[in-house]
Amino acid sequence: MRPTKVTGYYGRPVLKAPVWKSAIPLYFFTGGVAGASSTLAFAAGLRGNRRLARSAMLASVAGVAASGPLLVIDLGKPSRFLNMLRVAKPTSPMSVGSWVLTAFAPASMAAAASDVTGRLPRLGRVAAGAGAVLGPVVATYTAVLVANTAIPAWHDAHRELPFLFVGSAAASAAGIAMIATPVADAGPARRLAMMGAALELGAFRAMESRLDEAVAGPYMHGRAGRLAKAAEACSATGAVLAVTAGRRRRRAAVTAGALLCAGSLLTRFSVFRAGIESAADPAATIDPQRRRVDGRGTVGA
Amino acid sequence: MRHPAGPATPMTRMGFFTDTSICIGCKACEVACKEWNDVPDDGFDFLATSYDNTGGLSADTWRHVAFVEQPVSVPALGENGIRWLMSSDVCKHCTHAACLEVCPTGALFRTEFDTVVVQQDICNGCGYCVPACPFGVIDERESDGRVWKCTLCYDRLKSDLEPACAKACPTKSIQFGPLDELRARAAGRLGALREAGVADARLYGADETDGVGGFGAFFLLLDKPEVYGLPPDPVVTTRDLPRMWRAAAGAALALVGAVAAACARQR
Repeated sequence: MRPTKVTGYYGRPVLKAPVWKSAIPLYFFTGGVAGASSTLAFAAGLRGNRRLARSAMLASVAGVAASGPLLVIDLGKPSRFLNMLRVAKPTSPMSVGSWVLTAFAPASMAAAASDVTGRLPRLGRVAAGAGAVLGPVVATYTAVLVANTAIPAWHDAHRELPFLFVGSAAASAAGIAMIATPVADAGPARRLAMMGAALELGAFRAMESRLDEAVAGPYMHGRAGRLAKAAEACSATGAVLAVTAGRRRRRAAVTAGALLCAGSLLTRFSVFRAGIESAADPAATIDPQRRRVDGRGTVGA
Repeated sequence: MRHPAGPATPMTRMGFFTDTSICIGCKACEVACKEWNDVPDDGFDFLATSYDNTGGLSADTWRHVAFVEQPVSVPALGENGIRWLMSSDVCKHCTHAACLEVCPTGALFRTEFDTVVVQQDICNGCGYCVPACPFGVIDERESDGRVWKCTLCYDRLKSDLEPACAKACPTKSIQFGPLDELRARAAGRLGALREAGVADARLYGADETDGVGGFGAFFLLLDKPEVYGLPPDPVVTTRDLPRMWRAAAGAALALVGAVAAACARQR
């Protein structure tokens, strides 16, 4: 008598689930807002759109200010957070990210401080430029961070995740800029919202269709799947509203901005949750590896 | 390949050969490891998985004996025969160790014995190594926030002693020594088993060309790795890191392009 087939060893997970809590997907959101906002602020400033530049700069500072505490409280030993700067390791996206944030945070804050006070304008411009260059790195590296794990739903999605994260970051930064800027000055934010949301939705679809069947499950079903569907609905509605009624009416622009932020946040939580579910599923780890081994036809493992 | 952070004067790489064909499931290794390393208990749960109430490796279990009961057909019992597989699992001390490569603090390091160890006074509990390990070995100890795993008894090695688990193993299922010698011995053992008709016997982790560059602690198994809860084709995640950074660079440029396009008109 053979028991019903269980995967692996009594159906137990092969991998350990990440120990990260909600602070981490929240940080993916706040870091994305901070990074994309700095780039938007710089470009708007170059084009002479001072109002948009100002609100994007302040959004960047808010994102940076929220990110630090979120990262520290998630550590098992928060008192040792400075150990992040003990070494610089290119093989660790977390180490790379720590150093980039260490440079980005003061740049973002100096740019905003100079803009608001009108002091040290030259330094302010240099800081804004540095923030504009580092911003896309801040918005992207978190995708590499999660992809650079053994978790199939994250690792195998390493081609699409950076685009998903960048689209999500652009949509949320644009959403906040639309909320904080008069409708007449928010045209670039509305256009960025459209492009960001399109990138976010497109990358997600590409990821779903390319991933191995045993791996893609969490993105489509269960809790992570529901989060993904809610994210898609929020982002799509927000983007459409932004470039329609949001062009004329302030209230519509604010609603669109809030929807875009909600979509971005839900995207981060969906990806995060999918990773946890993927780690718990022994078939997601074993099946693709088994097919690889059988395909090679080697003796041994 | 030696990690750049490794010792300047290369020493002999030390490791484990766990020959599961002679494991009797006594768990002396689990007990010896707990006692020597002062590893706390991991709960006393009834898992209903044969003789295994530990489940797997964790922050508080650095040797874990797996018990697999397989129905087999034997002449004396017919269909009611049982084959018992037992295997003592442990950290693999990979040649290309994902935990070590992703650790942002340098807490995880490669010792002069070419083993992978956490420096507990450095670890800040960032948790990155936990999902990075392709075997699910390293984990966070909730009570303390840091990560823990097998040290291959670094302290004992420094005093020319063999690790506690190998010392306690009554059947020499766990063998400790220079990796080269262990590999040669394992190849001989595999040949003998195959000759005796054990067709499913195989080495796991003895091949330097595998996805993690071979294990410092490898195994002789009597069935597929996944039967024991081990991944059949583990790959160090950082192997794909250059490709990931290239995708990220493309995405970052896409962001710059989108912002530039959005700001092409001033208002």
